[in-house]
Amino acid sequence: MLAYIVRRSLYAIPILIGVNLLTFWLFFVVNSPDDMARMQLGVKHVTAEAIERWKDDQGYNKPLLYNAEASGGDKFINTIFFDKSVSLFMFDFGTADDGRDIGYDIQQRMWPSLMLAIPVFVIGLLVTITFALLMAFFRATYVDYAGVVLCVILMSISALFYIIGGQYLISKLMHLVPISGYDGGLSAFKFLILPVVIGIISGIGAGSRWYRTIFLEEVNKDYVRTARAKGLPERVVLFKHVLKNAMIPILTGVVVTIPLLFMGSLITESFFGIPGLGSYTIDAIRAQDFGIVRAMVFLGSVLYILGLLLTDLSYTLVDPRVRLS
Amino acid sequence: MRRYWRLIALLAAIGLGLWLVPVKVVVLWTDALIFLLVGVLTVFVIYMRGKPHLRAPWGQVIRRPLAAASLVVLCAYVVVGLLDSVHFRERLALQAGVENGAEQHYSVEVLSLLDLLTTPLRTRLEKTYSAPLAAQLYSKETVTLDDGSTARIYPRLDYGGVHLDDPASQRGADIAQRSLTALLLGLLAWAMLVAAWVVWLARRHGHGFRKEWRLILRGEAGLPWRSIFGTVGALILFIALALKLGIAYHLLGTDKVGNDVLYLSLKSIRTGLVIGTLTTLIMLPFAVLLGIMAGYFRGWVDDVIQYIYTTLSSIPGVLLIAAAILSVQVYIANNPDLFETVVERADLRLLFLCMILGITSWTGLCRLLRGETLKLREQEYIQAATAFGVSNFKIITRHILPNVMHIVLIAVVLDFSALVLAEAVLSYVGVGVDPSMISWGNMINSARLEMAREPVVWWSLIAAFCFMFLLVLAANLFSDAVRDAFDPRTGRG
Repeated sequence: MLAYIVRRSLYAIPILIGVNLLTFWLFFVVNSPDDMARMQLGVKHVTAEAIERWKDDQGYNKPLLYNAEASGGDKFINTIFFDKSVSLFMFDFGTADDGRDIGYDIQQRMWPSLMLAIPVFVIGLLVTITFALLMAFFRATYVDYAGVVLCVILMSISALFYIIGGQYLISKLMHLVPISGYDGGLSAFKFLILPVVIGIISGIGAGSRWYRTIFLEEVNKDYVRTARAKGLPERVVLFKHVLKNAMIPILTGVVVTIPLLFMGSLITESFFGIPGLGSYTIDAIRAQDFGIVRAMVFLGSVLYILGLLLTDLSYTLVDPRVRLS
Repeated sequence: MRRYWRLIALLAAIGLGLWLVPVKVVVLWTDALIFLLVGVLTVFVIYMRGKPHLRAPWGQVIRRPLAAASLVVLCAYVVVGLLDSVHFRERLALQAGVENGAEQHYSVEVLSLLDLLTTPLRTRLEKTYSAPLAAQLYSKETVTLDDGSTARIYPRLDYGGVHLDDPASQRGADIAQRSLTALLLGLLAWAMLVAAWVVWLARRHGHGFRKEWRLILRGEAGLPWRSIFGTVGALILFIALALKLGIAYHLLGTDKVGNDVLYLSLKSIRTGLVIGTLTTLIMLPFAVLLGIMAGYFRGWVDDVIQYIYTTLSSIPGVLLIAAAILSVQVYIANNPDLFETVVERADLRLLFLCMILGITSWTGLCRLLRGETLKLREQEYIQAATAFGVSNFKIITRHILPNVMHIVLIAVVLDFSALVLAEAVLSYVGVGVDPSMISWGNMINSARLEMAREPVVWWSLIAAFCFMFLLVLAANLFSDAVRDAFDPRTGRG
């Protein structure tokens, strides 16, 4: 088991190197630092000195990959690639354009993101699976049909509309909760309740329909027929046998997303003014702060790979036949 | 070859017509790709006509009432999108005093056939917001009255409801009367269309009009004509309403700079369709080629391809798109001379967006194809082909490709609606289509800020929502039917 984890972790290294090379290529090779400086400072009427000053401030005034002027190991260390990309492996994210430490900001903003993402994930999962089980229970009846149609309608609505509609209806017309904002401690509850509910509702459509197909695939298998032949009531068959056996396909899709909860939800956080990592990312994209975007890309891929590893481990928990070697 | 004479003649006529009309045809990158896609689909349909086993699942799709109705809606969207994909620049009149042979200049404004058809909507700009069917502006303005005094009133619109002398008393009646006329005309047109169609069907099936009509009403005429006719009727009624009311008023109101919202919604259709279709068109060759190669050759090819797609899929999609679009933005900002018009610049960005979306979304399909190919290559018929010395290329194209096509098809139709929805979110994040391009995402984005106003400016938001919802819903329902018909695992039930 431990050997497996270590091996899988080592396997992550080439992938992370690949991610790093790709982002390096996107940010520094496709457009040279000079281009970025011109973009940041306004394209026209920009002097060469201003560009140099901007590059100095950002630490972009070094050669990209190979510094011929330096000596020894510095030939490779004293470069943009080493400064900006290799240092990510040490989780040293550098500073943002406004001089703040990115690593510190990420630590601070992680908590509001989790406060929002974890309830949405847990309650959402329970609600969608329950809904899907109900549809599977009433399969091939009008209840099932109506449920599927409802799911298709729910998933055809843009996430933006759930948020805008919810804010308008609940906050503006009914004045039940504040439209947006955030506060630490217990008072966070009143700010979080609406985004959590909206997050759950917007996930119901696609999620339930997907779980329903998984359950229906499982329902047609032989062991289900055996269970019914034994005289077990449909309720027991569905909730004990089918649900347990459907865990593998469900886990495949679900566990991988757990670490990514850290990244927060981009649009929900930004609409509701929650100071999490999602709104951090959006603000960085809008302000074209490449340092933050780079850090978030790296963090995101680390978490994704962690998710893949967790998925494999979770199989051993739900299915004793799976052995990792 | 003789079967295609008509097609060739039609193309030649279009070419001649375009050459004669005093415009300069502008072929944007996305236009070219769209017509390539249409061409490929046409060839595919012609090829399929002679193959009953390929036609059978499509027949199953179209026999489902919901899928048939969705197809009608999708066709309407596609027609609007195609009309909006023929771009040209109008020829400017030569200045007087310039001798013949001087260089011909063209307007910098790139128009499309749709723009031409909706000219009254496009050109009748108001000052700012106005509600749907309003005769007055949304906000009060200080105006100088005839007697010299000034007052703060809601000024009349420049175009909406100008035919009324006293909007307060006449508007309701006028709208009711126009809607009623539109309703009657629409019903009339619909009845005529349905009658003509039924006559044609009756001829084809070789029995009388009344018998055919009875069969259709009972839903036994082969295709679900009831739902098809119903959807067509709803479309015709909407068009009639838009014609009758849209001429005299702004049917869906106007936006901040006075653009007609109906026009904006119609223009957005092309953007949505381009993102939904071209993205898959761009990603498809990679996904199919790499997926099949990984599964078929295994060994180091498999390792390399798996490494590529794991790396790509490990980057959060939105961030990869953001990184790439930011790079494109920098490139466009630094090379403004490359683009003759704003539309061409926006179009290039749209194309890049499609490419990036394609790169982020091909990995799932690639993984599926790899798994399926791994299974297929162990089948007896492929082993037999290998034993007979058939080349790898032939085995892949003759035996494997046709047997994974259903996976490709299902992925394409399932992706479409997700991509249309993604456009809105990306535009909100600021890495979507160019801000100058009309799209549902941009409409929502600009309308979002006005929700805080009192009274609320709701119409652009609702219009964008309805147009988008209808397209995505139709696409979802249609793709459901396609999946049920093509996926051997999900039997009907």
